[in-house]
Amino acid sequence: MASQANIQELEKVASQVRRDIVRMVHAVQSGHPGGSLGCTDFMVALYFHVLKHDKSFNPDGKNEDLFFLSNGHISPVWYSVLAHAGYFEVSELATFRKINSRLQGHPTPEEGLPGIRVASGSLGQGLSVALGAAQTKKLNKDNSLVFALLGDGELQEGQVWEAAMYAAHHNVDNIIATIDLNGQQIDGSTKQVMDLKDIKAKWQAFGWDVIESDGNNMDEIVKCLEHAKSLTGKGKPIVNLMKTEMGAGVDFMMGSHKWHGIAPSDEQLADALDQLEETIGDY
Amino acid sequence: MAATKYTYTEQKDTRSGFGDGLLEVAKKNENVVGLCADLTGSLKMGDFQKEFPERFYQTGIAEANMMGLAAGMTIGGKIPYTGTFANFSTGRVYDQIRQSIAYSEKNVKICASHAGLTLGEDGATHQILEDIGMMRMLPNMTVINPCDYNQTKAATIAIADHHGPVYLRFGRPKVPIFTSADQPFEIGKAIKMIEGSDVTIFATGHLVWEAVEAEAILREKGISVELINIHTIKPIDAEAIIASAKKTGCVVTAEEHQKNGGLGDAVANVLAENLPTPQQYVAVDDQFGESGKPAELMTKYGLDAQHIVIAAEKAIERKK
Repeated sequence: MASQANIQELEKVASQVRRDIVRMVHAVQSGHPGGSLGCTDFMVALYFHVLKHDKSFNPDGKNEDLFFLSNGHISPVWYSVLAHAGYFEVSELATFRKINSRLQGHPTPEEGLPGIRVASGSLGQGLSVALGAAQTKKLNKDNSLVFALLGDGELQEGQVWEAAMYAAHHNVDNIIATIDLNGQQIDGSTKQVMDLKDIKAKWQAFGWDVIESDGNNMDEIVKCLEHAKSLTGKGKPIVNLMKTEMGAGVDFMMGSHKWHGIAPSDEQLADALDQLEETIGDY
Repeated sequence: MAATKYTYTEQKDTRSGFGDGLLEVAKKNENVVGLCADLTGSLKMGDFQKEFPERFYQTGIAEANMMGLAAGMTIGGKIPYTGTFANFSTGRVYDQIRQSIAYSEKNVKICASHAGLTLGEDGATHQILEDIGMMRMLPNMTVINPCDYNQTKAATIAIADHHGPVYLRFGRPKVPIFTSADQPFEIGKAIKMIEGSDVTIFATGHLVWEAVEAEAILREKGISVELINIHTIKPIDAEAIIASAKKTGCVVTAEEHQKNGGLGDAVANVLAENLPTPQQYVAVDDQFGESGKPAELMTKYGLDAQHIVIAAEKAIERKK
């Protein structure tokens, strides 16, 4: 269990990660701040409290928990969290999306960035990869867990449902998938673009154990992930339907799909940074 | 007709070479796992499944998910062999292979049966003739198209020891077994089957046997043919290609694939940059296939021994 002090520490890290995100995206005037900010609390909770992981990074990931980011466009939050967790120097965040950088627009293991095990960006593929890794863990008698994060717009990709069907059929019960339900995608709200209707009923019908959470409440997200872990090993895959606010933490970025993939101006950056406390140091 | 320089006593499908090779390599290497998208019988994966049920994964008719699963299974040291038809192993899942396997440098063996026209009666929906091209365009990908049962079996075993993504292509019909059962299989190393001096035939897959027959016909006409089996289309054996083209001065490429993007283009890439040489393609010329018996289709689409003979004569003519 996380104490109140733990939660406050995690919130401090989250504030710093949010500063990094807006600064990284501003510096190259490209990237995806909205979803990154929305998933910051989840990513911080995962890497700083939930995952059993080794920052010295072994690509094979034996006997440690693994995380796969399917919606690879929210790379800024992942890079910042990995850096603060010790996978690489925080100063490297300044190279995001620049030529010769290991911090590609979308994550890849090809440039050798510690913490990344598979490329993502083309949507809909990450859950399949995570399930494969989870099944290898079973074959290897490795009791650690596999986590995956998917966007909600991404659920429009058919492969996600191929994977969902497979997981329940094969009783892959060492996986915890989280869906970032921010209700937004590039062309508008998910409701307008392609209504996902009753997502909970869909996952239940596919045979998953469904839990729900508020992804922008650190206390709740920590509890939810701890609860999710307690559900593993019972024959069913677990999905966490996590409501978030796109752009969470920066008032003018919240509540709209507009900030999915655009960068703040100099003035907007200053405004955003005024709202986000520097806690463990800017890169 | 003069006797062929290679003979056979048995015909067998190359997919059975895959199935038997998979069982053998799985016995030797406990990291080998198999995935199949509802085509276990067609891919001859049944013996593997029976012997190693805990290492076999039925994915249902969901090839995109199968490719992602295979990529993920490599994390932790497994060596996944995926099995489905060549069409569903490539075109249907190109982006999954591109991102999750090739770009991610994952140790996945994409094993593809029923490639090309010799799939026969099912027709063009299933007769993929573009797969070699798609796969050889992908960075990090190795592309292998063995010629008979024995070579397919040897290749299936050998690719487990190669770290990286591999596309292994084979087929459905029974074809002569004319290479040895105990052959070593070296990825990327062309095999000189027949030594000659007037023209080189570079052949791959089922067309190697057609080229063996073509050589006998051409020999009777007084033409000395060098026959080279290019079982690995990527990485291509540039050294062997240049050396033979230098000796004979003209080449024929023969493959059960589109003219665009296949073995012929791979050989042309090498020769254009190193030793421009007259080249004739024996390949499908920008068309889809159709239903029919494999042999009928190979003749209709210009992929049999007779067409190799015509191509060789044209190539020799162009030397003058």
